[in-house]
Amino acid sequence: MLELKGITKKFGGKTILDDVNLTVEDGKILTIVGPSGAGKTTLLRCISGLEEVDSGNFILDGQTFDPATNRDNDSVIGVVFQDYQLFPNLTVLQNVTLAPTMVLKQSTSDAKKEAKRLLDQLNLGDKADLFPYELSGGQKQRVAIVRALAMHPKLLCYDEPTSALDPDLRREVQQIIVKLRDEGITQIVVTHDIPFAEAIADQMMRVEPKD
Amino acid sequence: MHYFSEILPSLISGTGMTLSIFFWTIIVSVPLGILVGLGMKTKFKPLTWLIDIYVWLMRGTPLLLQLIFVFYGLPIIGIVFQRYDAALFAFILNYTAYFAEIFRGGLQAIPVGQYESARVLRLTRWQTLRKIVIPQVVKIVLPSIGNEVINLVKDSSLVYVIGLGDLLRAGNVAMARDVTIAPMLLVGIIYLLLTAVCTLVLHQLEKHYSAWR
Repeated sequence: MLELKGITKKFGGKTILDDVNLTVEDGKILTIVGPSGAGKTTLLRCISGLEEVDSGNFILDGQTFDPATNRDNDSVIGVVFQDYQLFPNLTVLQNVTLAPTMVLKQSTSDAKKEAKRLLDQLNLGDKADLFPYELSGGQKQRVAIVRALAMHPKLLCYDEPTSALDPDLRREVQQIIVKLRDEGITQIVVTHDIPFAEAIADQMMRVEPKD
Repeated sequence: MHYFSEILPSLISGTGMTLSIFFWTIIVSVPLGILVGLGMKTKFKPLTWLIDIYVWLMRGTPLLLQLIFVFYGLPIIGIVFQRYDAALFAFILNYTAYFAEIFRGGLQAIPVGQYESARVLRLTRWQTLRKIVIPQVVKIVLPSIGNEVINLVKDSSLVYVIGLGDLLRAGNVAMARDVTIAPMLLVGIIYLLLTAVCTLVLHQLEKHYSAWR
């Protein structure tokens, strides 16, 4: 279970997040919705440790932790970026196995086996040896999901997962997120796509821009 | 024809000096250039100022002058180099500055998202550089590096000024002795061959890096 207590984040003099409190239950999907500029992405960046917060606490399974510095602990939080940010110089398989081998010190063969299993699961089995530029947008996104999953995160975050997808692919990513929930993976989805958020959410949180 | 085969041995030994300056400069300057290029991007201001001054000096004065300064100037403050070492020292300093500028440009072209995505995968800074950033930077900078490499083949002829016998100087000696331009024709052909080999190698490298985009 992840709890956020009194998270506040300022950029310069501007308060982007003001005393945000939320709880995500294990194995549930929390969607964070709101208009552009409301601080949804900032909140996600704070949770994933890409921004340091000005005040507030993160509590994971009863233990306080700081996502911005807690990088050497067990895998905690995986992120699927809006523009995926696959590594263009690595094949799909290498994208997935890089961190498990270098960070988790898995053997190459174990990492490959696990990566292939995950790729098969998301219908990417035949794409393992392609480079990212050879994939469609939806395929890139699924690779990004597999890459995050390969690190066995306790929590998987998505930033605007539907923003670059057509309606068919939107349904597909919806199915993937629900399927991962059924496998017990806790997920946070930031989106401005309300129907999509409603379709997948166990919990929904609305954020509004501060003035 | 007979004349060419007579002067060829001295030209070939000059080519040896040219190649030796060339290879050592490349081998040392390219990695140093990456390091200095990375140094330009640190947040530690004194280091970036120091690098800025160094690059300004190296790019702002002729390499010929730098060679003269290293060999004839530095002994005044007690730093004495052998001719060959002085030449290498000056070439490495000079080319590192150019390579550093090229790598800085390449580093700037890598989106922040690549670093962030490596970070959430918990790769260390060094792992991120080695596996993700540097391969992408190398692909971006290869054409500019190629230009400098070709330049270096020809710039190596400047070592004559501190009395080293390179290819051009060997040709010059033969020309003055035999009062004919013919040796210089051969010198030109040898330079063309050297740059042709460089061009081929660079093309192969670019091809290797074209597997991904």
